[in-house]
Amino acid sequence: MRRSTPLTIVMLAALAYFLLPLFWLVVASTKSTEDLFTTFGLWFSDAPQFLTNVGSTLTYDDGVFVRWLRNTVIYAVVSASGAALLAAAAGYGFAKFRFRGQAIMSSAVLGAIMVPATALAIPTYLLFAQVGLVNTPWAIILPSLVSPFGFYLMRVYAQDAVPDSLLEAARLDGAGEVRIFFQIGLRLLAPGLVTVVLFTLVATWNNYFLPLIMLNDPNLYPVTVGLAAWSAQAAGGGSGGNSDILALLLTGSTLSVLPLMAAFLLLQRYWQSGLAAGSVKQ
Amino acid sequence: MSTLSSTKDRRGSAGLLFATPFLVLFVVLFLAPLAYAAYLSLFQTKLVGGTKFVGLDNYARAVADPLLLQGVLRVATFFVVQVPVMLLLALLFALALDSGLMRLARVVRLGIFVPYAVPSVVATLMWGYLYGPDYGPFAQLSRAVDLPVPRFLSEGWMLGSLANVVTWEFVGYNMIILYAALRTIPGDLYEAAAMDGAGAWRIAWSIKLPALRPALLLTLMFSVIGSFQLFNEPKLLQAIAPDVIDSAYTANLYAYSLTFIGQQPNYAAAVSFLLGLVIVIVSYVVLLTANRRRTP
Repeated sequence: MRRSTPLTIVMLAALAYFLLPLFWLVVASTKSTEDLFTTFGLWFSDAPQFLTNVGSTLTYDDGVFVRWLRNTVIYAVVSASGAALLAAAAGYGFAKFRFRGQAIMSSAVLGAIMVPATALAIPTYLLFAQVGLVNTPWAIILPSLVSPFGFYLMRVYAQDAVPDSLLEAARLDGAGEVRIFFQIGLRLLAPGLVTVVLFTLVATWNNYFLPLIMLNDPNLYPVTVGLAAWSAQAAGGGSGGNSDILALLLTGSTLSVLPLMAAFLLLQRYWQSGLAAGSVKQ
Repeated sequence: MSTLSSTKDRRGSAGLLFATPFLVLFVVLFLAPLAYAAYLSLFQTKLVGGTKFVGLDNYARAVADPLLLQGVLRVATFFVVQVPVMLLLALLFALALDSGLMRLARVVRLGIFVPYAVPSVVATLMWGYLYGPDYGPFAQLSRAVDLPVPRFLSEGWMLGSLANVVTWEFVGYNMIILYAALRTIPGDLYEAAAMDGAGAWRIAWSIKLPALRPALLLTLMFSVIGSFQLFNEPKLLQAIAPDVIDSAYTANLYAYSLTFIGQQPNYAAAVSFLLGLVIVIVSYVVLLTANRRRTP
């Protein structure tokens, strides 16, 4: 097919808009605090010091940034794998079996997709405060385990990806339902599963509101709340604040976005096909 | 016959078994907090007299609360302006990528999507510094060519600046959903259309757009939910523009302030509830109007 140069140029301009802030961030994380204020923002200074900045970011305050990163990884990985497994099992159960009350339960969960996470967060906080779960890792992990949208996606996906004839054949061979799910179902659901894992991973990794209200011990912070705390220090009450922390904040921001980008790039084959299934059905 | 139906029953209960862990957590972590908040919202705590049942007083107070109304109005404005721009851009990008008419399509697609993987905290920090009137690059450039420095963080510009951050974050995500839907359209439809002499625009209008309906509705619904619960971006920009963004700038920021600064959990529960209700209603209205247009 004939390629269009004007269209390519327009789209490259759009691409520039989306990459510009990230370029700025990478450039900024190579600068000393002084250079941040004295050199042009969108180009490197004469004395780039990315590794020095990384070193000070990782060691500042007894390595608190490393602790935040570790917390984020734990919260995100446990939530995402748990949420995906729960959604896959439920989606499979709803798509491949008929049982009493199914329709009502299904519409209750699907209706929940419309309840915004933050409108739910304050009620969850109030409840968790009563049962002593506030300021523990569970306060972040438990609410992230229930993903109504993940359920929807897996149900739609299981409908087509798991043929009934295959299940019947396995049953005739005498395999139990649980074994069939783990050995056949999960394997066929893999692309949908990766999609739910990735999107829950992003949602938990990037979550700010829930940990902000649930945690007050800095040792439990995920990276988002930690960076926001540094940012508040850097902006500080009018008198210029603690400007030394600015370089750490920007380097920390750069470090915190790299893992997710890598995950998306490496797994793109999976999540794109999983998304396609969710977006054409209703 | 009876054996057949009993195996069916057993199988049905296996289905319920698979769904049980999810459903239990759904009840405990989704319905229970909502029920508890609904219960709390019926009480009031006063310094004198302690906690007492007040029925719907908190709701009556909320619907007449100018701070809440101002916040809801602001996110509604945000929704009306930002969402069409974002979805239109996402749609145009998806169509361009799917047209097969451009070079570097893969690079552009992933590049536009990348901001979705950036936490909103980092996105807002970046844009906050880019917007900066002293050291931000736009300010630096304006000064270099003797133009007035754009005041991105002033009262008049703030909502637009916030809209820009949110658009930057989510255009790529919506684009990918639409693009994924476009890829599922069977190729022979295009061939048939081309045979009938349809050009690229005609194909986009008559085949692609109708096929995108469900995906567009999905993105629209997520956008309703996203806009009305706007919190992270204004909360973080508050640190650098405290005079513009007050503690009730958006409805959600107000609910947060009530819970954690104002120490009024009962009233905050009512506000959260109303806010959730507004979002569900707006979602339904949007879906209904969108659906009605399909069948004239």
